[in-house]
Amino acid sequence: MNTGKQEDTKGKKTIAHSFYKAIKSFGTTLPMLLGVILLLGLFSVFVSSEMISSVFTGELLRDTVIGSLIGSISAGNPIISYIIGGELLKEQVSLFAVAAFIVAWVTVGVVQFPAEAAILGKRFATARNILCFILAIMVSIATVTTLMVIP
Amino acid sequence: MKEKRATENRVKKEGKRESSYYGLYFLGAVIVLYIVLFLLKPESIQIALEASGTVLIQIAPVLILIILFMGILDYLVKPKTVSKYVGKGSGIKGWFLAISTGMLSHGPIYIWYPLLKELRDQGMRSGLIAVFLYNRAIKIPLLPLMVYYFGTVFVVLLLVYMIIASILEGKVIEMIEK
Repeated sequence: MNTGKQEDTKGKKTIAHSFYKAIKSFGTTLPMLLGVILLLGLFSVFVSSEMISSVFTGELLRDTVIGSLIGSISAGNPIISYIIGGELLKEQVSLFAVAAFIVAWVTVGVVQFPAEAAILGKRFATARNILCFILAIMVSIATVTTLMVIP
Repeated sequence: MKEKRATENRVKKEGKRESSYYGLYFLGAVIVLYIVLFLLKPESIQIALEASGTVLIQIAPVLILIILFMGILDYLVKPKTVSKYVGKGSGIKGWFLAISTGMLSHGPIYIWYPLLKELRDQGMRSGLIAVFLYNRAIKIPLLPLMVYYFGTVFVVLLLVYMIIASILEGKVIEMIEK
């Protein structure tokens, strides 16, 4: 009887402890999350789609790299990247560049980098973001080339 | 042995303290940026704050869900279980799990970092964390919109290549982290 009670108390304590740990762990990352959210607000005001389309040159490979680069430093809802991507296509920017742009938008996080580095480690965050940047270019080239080959 | 553990704990604690200070410095820097821009363009800063407020309101339910997840995970899931499914010996199942959960996860990428750190501390492979984060780029509810803008064939090809890229990235990350 006594042992059962002890186990109950122990069980309850553990659940409470687990949630305490979860809240505490989240609490330490809260300043970082707030910082990222505030940066996103600034980004939505100071960077327009016209500014983005003005940097493309018309040369395929360079534009693909530029697409990946701009996608990397941009952040926000992926819907915005589709809309900007659609606008860029209308302005004759190549599909290679647009594909790299929308892939890098969601996979590379320059704005979120400080949070990722602080929580998951600098080495992991750096390697992941650099790889994502290169892969955005490769995925774009592979996708558009396959699209061109398909009858 | 005891001394070794004590040193490990001290290093862990110091690391945690350092990362929480880093967060505060980062938030402080962003606030300073806001103040400077407020002096130059007060109207724009008001719009930026409103945009940030909207993001915060949108992600608040997901944040609560993640805290709940973390609590339940800490209570129910033992490091042994994590190792079994997404740990060193997890094999193909682990990759499949990281890809599918990555695709199904909601909300912005940065709110998943604490949960992933918790899982890594319990034994999750770094490569699978990278795979999870990469596949978060594939948003199933947004696919119709993507098809509307770029066409079905493009979207299908892009998704296939993105999954391949995620596995490639996971493998490279594991090689780097070794």
